[in-house]
Amino acid sequence: MDAITTHTGRRADQFLLGARMFIPLAISVGAYGLVWGVLARQSGLGLAEVGLMGALVFAGASQFVALEMWSLDALPVGAIVFATLIVNLRLMLMTATLRPLLGRLPAWQAALATHFVTDETWAMTMAEMARGRGALAYLMGAGSLCFLSWLIATLTGHVLGSAVDDPTRYGLDFAFTATFLALLLGMWRGKADLVPWLVAALAAIATARLVPGHWHVIVGGLAGSLVGAVIETRRERSNAA
Amino acid sequence: MPPDALLAILGMAAVTFAVRAGGYLVANRLPASGFVAAWMRHIPGAVLAALVAPAVVAGGPAEWLATLATALAFLVSRNLLAAMAAGVVAVYFARMLLGG
Repeated sequence: MDAITTHTGRRADQFLLGARMFIPLAISVGAYGLVWGVLARQSGLGLAEVGLMGALVFAGASQFVALEMWSLDALPVGAIVFATLIVNLRLMLMTATLRPLLGRLPAWQAALATHFVTDETWAMTMAEMARGRGALAYLMGAGSLCFLSWLIATLTGHVLGSAVDDPTRYGLDFAFTATFLALLLGMWRGKADLVPWLVAALAAIATARLVPGHWHVIVGGLAGSLVGAVIETRRERSNAA
Repeated sequence: MPPDALLAILGMAAVTFAVRAGGYLVANRLPASGFVAAWMRHIPGAVLAALVAPAVVAGGPAEWLATLATALAFLVSRNLLAAMAAGVVAVYFARMLLGG
């Protein structure tokens, strides 16, 4: 066996390992995608739009936010794109930490590979890198399964959503608020989150009263996260002193 | 597909690609700690809080009860689907009982 086949063999192994390790996470991505698909139908997205957005954007949190802002009469395109940028900024930190894996590829290939970086695939690959392993093929294997489960689940959710004609009658209009609340609670990392979240909530409530449209999402999100960053850096500085 | 929907999806895809590829491209200049890093970490939670709060405030007693039910269901089950279902069922019955 020459060096090249060994190398390809190892790459295939890493790809399969990444996919296999992702299976438990794929189930939760699937549940999350199913909910998103049902809500997408409520917001008036067609099946083609669901598939296109899932494939091209492939970032769950920002897709949930976009749904909330989606409206059939006058789509706030600028606000949706801006909110997507804000919500997805954290992905920048993630792909930056993966540079050791991507560095050997030509820049355009590495840039395309980053499309498979999500909260879940990143966390898995980082854990693998922390153990002194981790390979690009591992990320691609996990990413492929994540991508497939997201697409299949969102499309399935959209199709199943057709069983419901008038969402308000069954209380399904509340599904949005309930989903966002559950997502929020799942992000709780400790007391340090309390003040930023309260600031975000109050700023959003005030903005929603004063400004028409969906700017409260952006105003609240920016206000809360900036306050969180100020508190965190202040504390770090006083700890260092 | 309506043109504005296509435009919104392509715009979302463009900024998301820019963020993902951008992180890799500027990795050597990006701060791993400090203000900017802390800010980016706080964004998702703050955005979700900004989504939830006005929706809850805009509702009535039925929605407030359902909010409580959702939170309890999530804290007990740690499951997104279960929490959503609890919220929907709670709002359905609360509206029926309270006539909201």
